[in-house]
Amino acid sequence: MDDTYIGKEKYKEMVKETAPKSKTTANSFRAFIVGGGICVIGQIIHNLCLSAGAGRDSAGTYTAVVLIFLGCLLTGLGIYDKIGKFAGAGSVVPITGFANSVSAPAIEFKKEGYVLGVGAKIFVVAGPVIVYGTISSIIVGLIYYFTR
Amino acid sequence: MEYIKAFLVGGLICVVGQQLMDRTKLTPARILVLFVSLGCFLGAFGIYEKLVEFAGAGASVPLPGFGYNLYKGVVSEIDKEGFIGILTGGLKATSAGIMAAVFFGFLSALTFDPKEK
Repeated sequence: MDDTYIGKEKYKEMVKETAPKSKTTANSFRAFIVGGGICVIGQIIHNLCLSAGAGRDSAGTYTAVVLIFLGCLLTGLGIYDKIGKFAGAGSVVPITGFANSVSAPAIEFKKEGYVLGVGAKIFVVAGPVIVYGTISSIIVGLIYYFTR
Repeated sequence: MEYIKAFLVGGLICVVGQQLMDRTKLTPARILVLFVSLGCFLGAFGIYEKLVEFAGAGASVPLPGFGYNLYKGVVSEIDKEGFIGILTGGLKATSAGIMAAVFFGFLSALTFDPKEK
């Protein structure tokens, strides 16, 4: 086999191993900080709800609702987009990212009208999430029902 | 301690998402779908419950927590209502999240205009 060919292959491997890895590590670090930070905010809201007298389940629900509200508000203000550029998955994976995926296309497609613009595009990401989420829950439910 | 655990676990779940995005070129939409379904199945295996007990919001705020709620809802409705719970449970437990997303998403579209790019 030709030496230069192996060299090229090796070089490609080295590029693959080194270049994206360091980028990936930096991305992951930022995702970790921001994603963890959003969860801490969630924990603070959760504890505030508990101290205001909410039960454990409804405190969790309130937390989700408040975070969704904040996600939509920050999306509308154009701030969530900036957080997203910095944090990557750190802004996508928390429930605020779900809110962003609802709010961003709704605002974006406003010019196409309130029915087929806002009304339809509001579900462009949330729709698939609900489809596959509910189907998963039905599969799990069927298994649970017949095996409990 | 509670906050540190929430930070660490929540951050790590986001790192998993970031690694998937960087290494497999999965789009954010696919990550959301994957994580919600994953949370539902991890709930069924009893794994996610332990994670929520350990990390609180660190496990319930990321999207797998949403999937875990789908699982919790379907199981509790089956226990209460029987067979029909398979169809009603998932959305019952997550209705507040979905309604809030639709409502606040709609409000944001009413209030804000698209940013110039």
